[in-house]
Amino acid sequence: MNPPKSATAKKVDVQAARAPRSESEELISGSEAISHAVKLADVDVITAYPIRPYDTVMQYVSQMIANGEFDCEYIVAESEHSQFEIVKHASAVGARVFCGSSGVGWLYAFEALAVTAGLRLPMVAMVGNRALDDPGAFGVEHNDALSVRDLGWMLAWVATAQEALDTALIAYRVAEDSRVFLPCAISCDGAFLTHSQSIVKVPSQQMVDNFLPPYDRGDKQLHPDNPITVAPQANEDWVMEIRRQNDMAARRAREVIIEAYDDFNNQFGRGGEPFIERYMMEDAEVALVGMGTLAMPVKVAVRKMRQEGKKVGFLRVRWFRPFPTIELQGALSGVHAVGVIDRDYSFGSTFHSGALANELRSALYPLANRPKVVSFIAGLGGREVSTDNVIDITGRVFAAANGGEIDDQDTYWIGVRE
Amino acid sequence: MQQINIHALSDYLETQVLEPWKGIKKVAHDEYFTSGHRTCQGCESALVMRLMIKAAGPRTIVLGATGCMYVANTTYYSTPWVVPWMHTQLGSSGSAATGTAAALTALMRKGKMEKEPINVIAFCGDGGGADMGLSAISAALQHTQYNLLIFLYDNESYANTDIQVSGLSPYGANSTFSPPGKVHRIMHKRWKKNTAAMLAAGHPDCKYVATVSAGNAVDTINKVRRALTIGGPTFIHSLDPCPKGWDYDPKYSHDLGELAVETGIWPLYEVEEGKLKMYGKSKHIAKRRVERKPVSEYLLRQGRFAHFTKEDLDYFQGKIDEMWEKWLLPGVIPFTGE
Repeated sequence: MNPPKSATAKKVDVQAARAPRSESEELISGSEAISHAVKLADVDVITAYPIRPYDTVMQYVSQMIANGEFDCEYIVAESEHSQFEIVKHASAVGARVFCGSSGVGWLYAFEALAVTAGLRLPMVAMVGNRALDDPGAFGVEHNDALSVRDLGWMLAWVATAQEALDTALIAYRVAEDSRVFLPCAISCDGAFLTHSQSIVKVPSQQMVDNFLPPYDRGDKQLHPDNPITVAPQANEDWVMEIRRQNDMAARRAREVIIEAYDDFNNQFGRGGEPFIERYMMEDAEVALVGMGTLAMPVKVAVRKMRQEGKKVGFLRVRWFRPFPTIELQGALSGVHAVGVIDRDYSFGSTFHSGALANELRSALYPLANRPKVVSFIAGLGGREVSTDNVIDITGRVFAAANGGEIDDQDTYWIGVRE
Repeated sequence: MQQINIHALSDYLETQVLEPWKGIKKVAHDEYFTSGHRTCQGCESALVMRLMIKAAGPRTIVLGATGCMYVANTTYYSTPWVVPWMHTQLGSSGSAATGTAAALTALMRKGKMEKEPINVIAFCGDGGGADMGLSAISAALQHTQYNLLIFLYDNESYANTDIQVSGLSPYGANSTFSPPGKVHRIMHKRWKKNTAAMLAAGHPDCKYVATVSAGNAVDTINKVRRALTIGGPTFIHSLDPCPKGWDYDPKYSHDLGELAVETGIWPLYEVEEGKLKMYGKSKHIAKRRVERKPVSEYLLRQGRFAHFTKEDLDYFQGKIDEMWEKWLLPGVIPFTGE
C-alpha cells in the first residue's frame, strides 16, 4: 500500500508528532464515528429529522445528550426544511451547528441548503447517501449530495468510519475558517458506512481542542451589539459581485483544506493526502476512479489483478468540492486509460455519464497527453459492486488503453439486468 | 463522567420585562425601523413593523421571512432596521426564530456569549405564515424552552408578487390568481383560516397568542411587549389593510382596519396562559353591547370585492353572523355544543 503523500510535501512537525496522544479504540459505525466528532467539536445546536440511513447519527447524538455526556441544544424538527433552516440561523448567531439527511430528505431541505451556502454559513452536515425516490430504496446512490454541487457546498466522500470522524473535525476547521465560511457535507454511503462497524481511534478532547479553534463569526455575527442586516434584496445591482465573492471563497477553500490536512497529519499521525487517495498508482498503466466505500471491492480487485501482473491502480476522490482538478491531472496524466465508476447518474448528460466521469473528463481535457476516459455506472440503489464487477470494468479499461473496441463516448452500466 | 443538566438554564432563560405603556404619550420616541424602506403609500404593514420593533426595543434580533416586508424593506445598502435583522425563507419564520433562540441559549449556557435576555422576533406574511410556514410555526410553538415571538402581518394576499390569493384571503376576493370572469364570478371559494385561534387551541403550552390591528397602535405595541415579557414561544397576528391588494385609496388603511373590527370580521383578542380576553370593540360585540356593522360597509369599500352581488354579500354576512352567534367561543373558537 502506498504511504500517504502530502500535496504540500511539508515536513512533519516532530514536536507535535511526539505530543502525548490519548486515543481510545472503539468498534463503531460510520454514523457513531461522526457523533463522536460532533461531541468532540463541542457543537452548540443540532437538529434532527428521521430518514434512513443518516438518522443513526442522531440516535447516537441524542443518547449522548440524554446521558449527560454532551451539552448542546438538540431540536427534533418537523421537516428537513426546518431542520436545516434552524441550524442555518443558529450558525448566523455564532453557534457551531450540525445537521444531516439522506436521499429525498436532503432534497426536501434544498431551499435551505442553497441559502446556507449563499449566506456563507459554515454548517457541517452528514449525508447518509441514499437513492432518491421513486422507486423507493434505502441503499446508496450519490445523487442526493451531488445535487448541491454547484451551490458552494464543500463535499467530502469518506470510505471508512475513521475517515468519517477525522473528516468531520477537518470539515469544521475548514468551513469555519473566515477565508472560507462555506458549509460542508460529509457523505457516508448508506448501510456500507453508516451502519457498518470497524475499529476507530477516538481522539481525546485535548487533541481536538488543539486542532479545532472555536467558531468566530466575527463582524458577521447577528447580535444586538453588531446590528447588521443579513441577506437583503440585492438584485442586479449587486448579486453578481456577491456571487463572485462566493466563488473566491470556494477557490480559497483549496488552500485551507491543504493546511488542515497538514495540521491533522501532524497532530494525529493520520489523515493522508487531502482531496485524493492513491492506491497502487505509481506504475499504473490504467486507473480506476471512484468515491466512497466503493474503495473496498476496488482495492481487493486491484490487489488480485496486481498479483496477475496487471498494472492497475485506484484513485479515490475524497473531496468532490472543491474538485481536485490539479491532483487528478497530476495523477492521471501518466496513465493510458481511466475507468470512472459513478455511483450516480446524470440522465441526458455528456455521453450519458455520471457526475464524476463528466467532471473528470473536463479536468483532463487541457492535458497534452490525456488518457482515454471510459465511464461506468454501478452499484445504484445500494446494489453491491463485487470484485468481479471491478475486474470486468478493468478489462474494458485495458482494452481502451490498447486500442480495443471500447466506446469512450458512451457509458457502461455494470451489474444491470438488461 | 461529567453530568450536565441540559435544561438547568434553558428552561428558565430570562426575558426582558417590558411593562405596558399606558397611553400614546408614554410610548418611547426611539425608532428602530426608520427610513430606507420603499413600501407602498398607505402600507399598514410598514407601520406595523415600526410599532413592533418600537415595542421590543434595541436588544432584539428580528428575522424576516420573504414577502413585502422583506423585499420592499431591505434593499441592499439601504436597510431601515436599526436592530440586527436577517432574512429567512418564505416558510421559515418558525425555524428562524427557533434557530436563533436555540443558538442564544446554547452560547449563553456554555459561556460563549455574555448572558442577557435578547428578544427574538420572526415576522412573516400570510402566505409565508399561514400557508407555507404553518408547520414550522406550529413546531416553534411546541419548543417551550425558547423565548421567541412569531409575528404574522396579514395583508390577505401574496402582495409582493402581484397580489395572489393565500389561505388567508377572504372568500371571493379578486386577485391575479382568482379573477372574476364571465363564467365564474367567484374563483376563490376558500374561507379564511382562523389562524390565531387555531394556533392557540392547538398549542396549549404556548403562553401568549393575540390578534392586533394597527389602528389601535398602543394596543398593538403593548401586546408585543406582553408576548416578549411572558416568554416561551408566542404568536401575534396582525390584520394589515393593503391599498394595492385590496384596491382602495391609501388614506383609508386605518379606517378599513377599524371597519374589519366593527363588522366582526377581525376580532381582537388575546389568549394568555389559556385565558381568553376580548379587546376593544370586539369585547363589546362579544358581549352584545354593540351592534356589528354590516359587512357590506367593509367589503364594498374595496375594489377586490367590486364584483360581489347581493348573494355574495349575504353569504359573507351569514358566515360572520355564525362566528358571533353560533360559535362555542364567539369570534374565536368554532364548533357548537350538543
